Amino acid sequence: MLDIKHISKTFNPGTITEKVALTDVSLHLAPGEFVTVIGGNGAGKSTLMNSIAGTYPVDTGTITIDSTDITKWPEHKRAKFIGRVFQDPMMGTAANMMIEENLAIAARRGKTPTLRWSSSAKEREHYRELLSGLHLGLEDRLESHVGLLSGGQRQALTLLMATMAQPKLLLLDEHTAALDPKTAEKVLSLTKSIVERQHLTTLMITHNMRDALRLGTRLIMMYEGRIIVDVKEEQKKGLQVKDLLELFEKAAGSELTSDSLLLS
Amino acid sequence: MTALIIATVSQGLLWALMAIGVYITFRVLDIADLTVEGTFPLGAATCATLLTAGWQPIPAMLMACLAGCLAGVVTGLLTTKLKIPALLAGILTMIALYSVNLRIMGKANLPLLTQDTIFTLYSFGLDKATAQLAIGFIVVLLTAVVNYWFFGTEIGAAIRATGVNPHMIRANGINTDIMVVLGLLLSNGLVAVSGALVAQSNGFADVGMGVGTIVIGLASVIIGEVLFGTRSFKNCLISVILGSIVYRAVIAVVLQMGMPPNDLKLFTAILVAIALSMPLIQSRWRKFKKDRKAAN
Ligand SMILES: Nc1ncnc2c1ncn2[C@@H]1O[C@H](COP(=O)(O)OP(=O)(O)O)[C@@H](O)[C@H]1O
Ligand SMILES: [Mg+2]
Repeated sequence: MLDIKHISKTFNPGTITEKVALTDVSLHLAPGEFVTVIGGNGAGKSTLMNSIAGTYPVDTGTITIDSTDITKWPEHKRAKFIGRVFQDPMMGTAANMMIEENLAIAARRGKTPTLRWSSSAKEREHYRELLSGLHLGLEDRLESHVGLLSGGQRQALTLLMATMAQPKLLLLDEHTAALDPKTAEKVLSLTKSIVERQHLTTLMITHNMRDALRLGTRLIMMYEGRIIVDVKEEQKKGLQVKDLLELFEKAAGSELTSDSLLLS
Repeated sequence: MTALIIATVSQGLLWALMAIGVYITFRVLDIADLTVEGTFPLGAATCATLLTAGWQPIPAMLMACLAGCLAGVVTGLLTTKLKIPALLAGILTMIALYSVNLRIMGKANLPLLTQDTIFTLYSFGLDKATAQLAIGFIVVLLTAVVNYWFFGTEIGAAIRATGVNPHMIRANGINTDIMVVLGLLLSNGLVAVSGALVAQSNGFADVGMGVGTIVIGLASVIIGEVLFGTRSFKNCLISVILGSIVYRAVIAVVLQMGMPPNDLKLFTAILVAIALSMPLIQSRWRKFKKDRKAAN
């Protein structure tokens, strides 16, 4: 499905702010795999995800989705394959457009826009059905501006938008980090049910170790721009937070102190 | 009095096309596009030159529109492909257009004294002032309907979303560069048509007639938004058109009150500066009142 081979990324190379963010990262995802990603601040998790999404080009290496090499594709072209939810609830939706208009855009992800009127009565009915699945009462608010919604509602909507046109790959970058615990829990369980129902190949970054263990079929840990731990399905099942910490320390080496983990 | 009102409203309508153009860049795309200072006289120059060469008014105006669209594309490519900041890209095109406009006309001012214009050719027996009002109304109505339809299409929605949240729209597979170019194209096409209409109404095209276009456009947009609301895209379009008319009315009133015409641009600039700083002034004022309450 997703095949990342030896990618590296350095920001601002050759300047005093030079920052190596990814070093020779390789990762292969089988179809339907749901991978949770953890690692301390600045470990390179977002950079990995943004490299896949094409927010910026990588320095070396290749990225392939279903045997299509997308390494040189611009961000908007990759969107044909990739659905995304960002950490910032503002990022995934257009605030001063209606819910219906946002959904219409997402329903056409990856298609060249035409001069057709943007949504028909039949489509609106379909949006209403999808929205009622979120259990947030949004199905009666198709014409409300998205800017009026709470952060949690916006993330749920973004999740719906990212998945309504079946993506080959779903990228979630700490998409519940900006929400209060109760709302975060709701959005997470929604994530789980959508991913399972649509058999989505998913990469989900989280700063919460318990969520990383609880959800998904595989877990990877990043440290200083590398993947240092990769736990597959069977092994992941019995794992506890303390096992995870142990794995991390062993893989990252002795220089690691517990407070440099930032993995609450 | 009635004559003055008719003249004011029809001026407002002829300039409304320009205001819609400014609305598309300033509000929809979130770009302050100074190209319009050059495309307004570009439209006037193109239309006047073609009329002088014996063209019919409507084809001449279509060519003016096309010229405006091209100018918009130039600014669009400067900012998207060459990564020149949009404001500067607009200034570059605007300056370049000054020379282009002089070349088109061959001189700084081109009078339209004997030529048929859209207002004389399609007057249907109405007197000049009423004909301007009627034709202005029809053109603006047509433009508004077409814009309403266009911004409701998939492409139109993508342009709007590009202005609101480029991250979101790229994540949904849209090339934002193309959307920015399209928006600038449409905007400058409208501004050029407005220039062509105003030239035919005034009876001349002048290379300097674009000075202050952006500020007049902004004034119309802001006045319209404040007075007539921004609930929906349709509402915004109507607000901008009415804003353009109200702006002309304000100008007519201050001129009647004895303000020298040479001070008009200063007056408009101050008006727009105040309007643009309104949000800040309001929040400061609220904070000031709250602080005073807290201090007591
Ligand atoms: N756009 C950027 N420009 C410069 N440096 C960046 C940029 N994005 C990330 N970095 C740096 O790259 C490193 C990895 O960042 P990131 O991938 O965001 O980490 P994480 O998501 O794991 O917290 C950090 O040191 C960060 O400061
Ligand atoms: Mg991050």
